[in-house]
Amino acid sequence: MRNILPILTVVATIVVLWYLAAVKLNSAWVYDQATRAGADMPAFSQVVSETMNQDRPVLPTPHQVGAELWKSTVGMAVTSKRSLVYHGWVTISATLLGFAIGTGLGVLLAVGIIHNRAMDMSVMPWAIASQTIPILAIAPMIIVVLNSLGLQGLVPKAIISAYLSFFPVVVGMVKGLRSPDQMQLDLLKTYNASAAGAFWKLRVPSSMPYLFASLKVGIAASLVGAIVGELPTGAVAGLGARLLSGSYYGQTVQIWAALFAAAIVAAGMVIVIGLIEKGTLRRMGMVR
Amino acid sequence: MRDLTGPEGDGLMKDTINAAAPVIEARNLNLTFDTADGAVHALKDVNLTIGKGEFVSFIGPSGCGKTTFLRCIAALETPTAGTLTVNGMTPDEARKSRAYGYVFQAAGLYPWRTIAGNIKLPLEIMGFDRAEQESRVERVLELVELKGFGKKFPWQLSGGMQQRASIARALAFDADLLLMDEPFGALDEIVRDRLNEELLKLWARTEKTIGFVTHSIPEAVYLSTKIVVMSPRPGRITDVIDSPLPKERPLDIRDSREFIEIAHRVREGLRAGHGDDM
Repeated sequence: MRNILPILTVVATIVVLWYLAAVKLNSAWVYDQATRAGADMPAFSQVVSETMNQDRPVLPTPHQVGAELWKSTVGMAVTSKRSLVYHGWVTISATLLGFAIGTGLGVLLAVGIIHNRAMDMSVMPWAIASQTIPILAIAPMIIVVLNSLGLQGLVPKAIISAYLSFFPVVVGMVKGLRSPDQMQLDLLKTYNASAAGAFWKLRVPSSMPYLFASLKVGIAASLVGAIVGELPTGAVAGLGARLLSGSYYGQTVQIWAALFAAAIVAAGMVIVIGLIEKGTLRRMGMVR
Repeated sequence: MRDLTGPEGDGLMKDTINAAAPVIEARNLNLTFDTADGAVHALKDVNLTIGKGEFVSFIGPSGCGKTTFLRCIAALETPTAGTLTVNGMTPDEARKSRAYGYVFQAAGLYPWRTIAGNIKLPLEIMGFDRAEQESRVERVLELVELKGFGKKFPWQLSGGMQQRASIARALAFDADLLLMDEPFGALDEIVRDRLNEELLKLWARTEKTIGFVTHSIPEAVYLSTKIVVMSPRPGRITDVIDSPLPKERPLDIRDSREFIEIAHRVREGLRAGHGDDM
């Protein structure tokens, strides 16, 4: 419970700053309207009230975003094309598939790197290089290439998502699988243990805290990948599509609502992984 | 060999005759590490015979090769010259036939396994069946006086208890040789005294051969039937002392005249080995 107060304080501060910024940024439009109508400059209190609920504000106010979120999730059938639950699910399914592919690939690469000298020398530079390419540049090409192979919809997005999420898993797992010190390895040698024995009994359990740290970064990267993958497909479905169509039509409230939906989804997924981590480490006896 | 082990050659002679086949036999053993600063002579012309059931301490300052020698016996290091046999085999063959249990300075228990689970680790690797694992765990836990702690996790135990658990782990698969590399070095003196006493009892009960590396003169004299004094640069044996102390050793034997005489001789040996740099 003692965590609640600081969190609420920060949230309240952000909301206050947000309202102040909304008044400042949206007031230009209010003055502009008054000038065109030839009316007197409006009083400050009137300016403030007119910045609160504009249709296309430069910066929507928190309550506008909240109302839009509420309307497009709870206040709408999930089958509706305007429901954020529907679009959210489209994005989440691509994220989860991409995350599964990325994590699997990441773990396999890490296992290869620690057991094979050639892979140790060669894979990491390529993995790092892959992450220096802007995902926005490579995403359309992946979509086009896979489309020509007959793959559409979920899979191409999942692959872009996997492209972003395998990297933290490789880095974390290589570190984790190498975390046992020389004494631990010597001990297994005195038992004449095989490499497989050392892997399953020592390296894998040692790597668990590293794996979960990587998974938390990886799932967030997966979500970014899935959203980016939705942009070049022409705003069909998904949170990325909502962002894009919002920006086509100047629907800033819709953009902000979609952004918040994405942030909430990301936070939710990180929390779920945190819970799995806690449960796993507790069962392993590593949480006191 | 005897002329290289110092002035105690005659005592060793008798000992070698008494023991049938030696458990460990080193002949002109040399080990050189190639480092960035050039070759380091970690072991130079080491000759030593350890008979069955002996408790042998290796004592000397850092860099004298005592740990390196123990690691050679365990086949964790490979000598560059000379011969070394363990139970008549090469160290590597001995390792593969699981001839020894090794106890490191840190307990090195797996935090994700219970104490019983940690002791089962070598048993699982060596393929003992489940019932056999359980009965062995019970037996060695009793041997190190940790009965009833099998279900605890390592962090729930004190440092001394963790080290006892690691000794239990080394005993679990019934190797006749126990190699201990400063096992009590990180513990405080009170705990250390107790564990020394217990280790002697355990040695008497199990009749194992023990190789024990230590920094502490009282520890070496209290525990050993044979004390190997070593000195650095190059790492070599300067003295081998066969202890006249009886097998039964209460803690207050450390105030006896014999004890103090042996301790004095060890200290002299250490000082002589150090030569000009002390």
